[in-house]
Amino acid sequence: MPDMDTLFLFGSNPTEGHPIVSLHLKKALANGAKLVVADPRKTWMARRADVWLNLKPGSNIALLNGIIRVILENGWENAEFISKRTEGLEKLQAKVREYDFDRVEELTGVGRDKIIEAARLYARADKSMIVYGLGVTEHQTGTENAMAIANLALVCGHIGRPATGIMALRGQNNVQGASDLGPLPATLPGYQSVTDPKCREKFQKAWGVTIKDKPGLKSVEMLDECTRGNFKGIFILGEDPAQTDPDLHHVRKALESVDFLVVQDIFPTETTKYAHVILPGASFAEKDGTFTNGERRVQRIRKAIEPIAGMAEWEVISRISTLMGYPMTYSHPSEIMDEIASLVPIYGGISYDRIEKKGIQWPCPTKDHPGTTTLYTDLFSRPGGLAQFMPLDHQGSAEVADETYPLVLITGRIREHYNNGSMTRRCAGIAEVVPEELIEISPEDAGALGIAHMDWVKVSSRRGELQVRAKVTDRSQSGSVFMTFHHENALTNVLTSEHRDPITGTPEYKSCAVRVEKV
Amino acid sequence: MNELIKMKINGMDVHFPKGKTILEVCKDAGISIPTLCYDERLKPHGGCRLCLVEVKGRPVPLASCTTPGEAGMEITTESPRLTRLRKTVLELLLSNHPNDCMCCEASGDCSLQEMAYLYGASLDRFQGEQWQLPIREDNPFITFEPNKCIVCGRCTRICNEVVMAGTIDLANRGFNAIPETAFSKPRSLENCEFCGQCVSTCPTGALTDKKGRGKGRSGDVRKVKTTCSYCGTGCNFYLNVKNDKVIRVTSDLTAPVNKGNLCIKGRYGYDFIQSAERLKTPLIREGEGFREASWDEALGLVASRFRALIEEHGADKVGGFSSSRCSNEENYLLSKWVRCAVGSNNVDNCARV
Repeated sequence: MPDMDTLFLFGSNPTEGHPIVSLHLKKALANGAKLVVADPRKTWMARRADVWLNLKPGSNIALLNGIIRVILENGWENAEFISKRTEGLEKLQAKVREYDFDRVEELTGVGRDKIIEAARLYARADKSMIVYGLGVTEHQTGTENAMAIANLALVCGHIGRPATGIMALRGQNNVQGASDLGPLPATLPGYQSVTDPKCREKFQKAWGVTIKDKPGLKSVEMLDECTRGNFKGIFILGEDPAQTDPDLHHVRKALESVDFLVVQDIFPTETTKYAHVILPGASFAEKDGTFTNGERRVQRIRKAIEPIAGMAEWEVISRISTLMGYPMTYSHPSEIMDEIASLVPIYGGISYDRIEKKGIQWPCPTKDHPGTTTLYTDLFSRPGGLAQFMPLDHQGSAEVADETYPLVLITGRIREHYNNGSMTRRCAGIAEVVPEELIEISPEDAGALGIAHMDWVKVSSRRGELQVRAKVTDRSQSGSVFMTFHHENALTNVLTSEHRDPITGTPEYKSCAVRVEKV
Repeated sequence: MNELIKMKINGMDVHFPKGKTILEVCKDAGISIPTLCYDERLKPHGGCRLCLVEVKGRPVPLASCTTPGEAGMEITTESPRLTRLRKTVLELLLSNHPNDCMCCEASGDCSLQEMAYLYGASLDRFQGEQWQLPIREDNPFITFEPNKCIVCGRCTRICNEVVMAGTIDLANRGFNAIPETAFSKPRSLENCEFCGQCVSTCPTGALTDKKGRGKGRSGDVRKVKTTCSYCGTGCNFYLNVKNDKVIRVTSDLTAPVNKGNLCIKGRYGYDFIQSAERLKTPLIREGEGFREASWDEALGLVASRFRALIEEHGADKVGGFSSSRCSNEENYLLSKWVRCAVGSNNVDNCARV
């Protein structure tokens, strides 16, 4: 990574969200890499960028189309790569022609000089890398946003070579593993579809049950069904939807309506308030297991102390299952990993012995396979192995600022805290240096609203309101404000909207309309 | 670029790629050379003069950390002359050091202590002025005992080269040189990230983790290598455990992702583990509140209620949410539980939120 020539950071604030990834990026910058940052906020990286594309929230696609148009019109594309490894450029070319400078500036607020310079820095470098974050995916057009980024990388052929490619920064420690290993309604562990008879057959044989051939409900659909009285029992393992999901009033109603709710967590949370049974969980220090990081590296966690409540989650699930008539008799998590390896080809070569000293990156199909550091060096994972360009149109955010709610609220993280804050707020020192939620507001907007630094303000949206103190800072641009969701005393997600990416179900956390008033 | 060249170290032929320093070549070959100002995360500094080696044909010993290896070099890493020089360097450092190892937080994890022991340095060979500076504890995470500082510059370099935070730099000159914040302001979020990288690289007891002080030194703890449970980067570190309690987090320099580097959460975000507010026993709703229950009672109730709901309403009315915070094995098991014990596909995780 430190060898790249240009870093294009898109909707990601790694110095706050992924501090150690940011160290690698900083090293690249120290080595002379050029930096392009697309972010509505003036982040640490944006301050140091060669080009800061300060786009309006929700205008990612328009910006990317504008950049791709400049690249194609100047002949900066990688023609050899396009002809050998991709298809469908003509349609993309026709689409991006509709995004001239004037239109792009109107939609994004970013002027022509910046777009040309960003296009040049990215396209003309030998090794360019795109790092993107939740500023891309947490929109109703999240999937399209990610595709638009792929279009850009493919046009320039900056993919499949070291120090190039697209790196998505995953939010949580094991978000990769949690997707890999099957808690998804449409896929069995290892992304093996429940609708594919061969996949079902394999798991049915191993597990000794009949698996339904229709996908189940996504978490949000289960909650929707609860509010209609159509869903009866939920087991929530280590998650706090009553604080971290958007549109909290809806979530609370759902959790109140369900007949039987079991929540397992290490602390009382907003969600445990609704439980019928609360089961104590074990922290990562109290059990053996593995996490898979954002670069697909399967690494060990190790039991350092005895579980404080006496049992770890894997033992609890096993016992419940056994009591329900489906016996699970594991004596150690390594046996579960061995079972995973036998059923999930991408984890086929993983075992605790092999990752004792150092983790392995999947795909790792066999016991003698070294793991895979770079994906797509030869072929893309489509039939025929060619990547397909996707013509995409600007759609914007589902909810935009208007007279009643004139500001756009962007939510995200700060470095010191983590998610619902149940862990970091209980750490000495961290709670001391960042004791409360603050809304970041630009000096211009604060001035217009008569708000001074650290004043109390009321923030309201169509769905709810809260009170919080203001941090007046040029990290926010005029027109948008920023809050985290780390604090129980200001539940930011009472404000956020119900809109989601229809393909992934990811909520539009990065954009909703609010009003801010001094109290 | 990867052309291999050859030199002799202590009479042994060693092949190495061009561009490596003598110190790096020696380390790769398993030959240990004493250092104080060296940290593989930092650019070579050449400050402490402990890593001196003799190079045939050169009149004076050279700092191995800053000298590139060249083809045909003949290196000697141990000799009476080098031992004498290294011992003198250590004795000069000890002339302005408290030498209070029995009370020092870093005892057992202090390069100065280790080197002084290895080279049999005497504590009082050089007598002279000594710093009498107050201990600084003006922040929640980092204790600075300036009298123990050997001014190797590792803390200031990691802060500026690696973290690029610019919190501290060497202030003053000569005998008065010391790592300092701008205008000696207390560390706060205004000027510091509280990543503790400076603590992780300090070779003495000058910079230590405030939260772990007095709770157990290096030799008293069990170090358990693990993976951070916060963001998705996948940093490794050691949980330092004493009496079944996590008292500190220390760096793992061999970690493939983070190479010993950590952020505020990784290094200082551990005391939630022993928080008094942890849930310690199952709780069952009773009226408006909850009552404590045994595992047997709670799990029996969970199993029987789920079974009853499935019998009455069908498996499709029951499901589970799994978590990106839990392990791979637990995610697999929850998915298996829903599909086998419940009999539906209603299982999802929080990856999308």
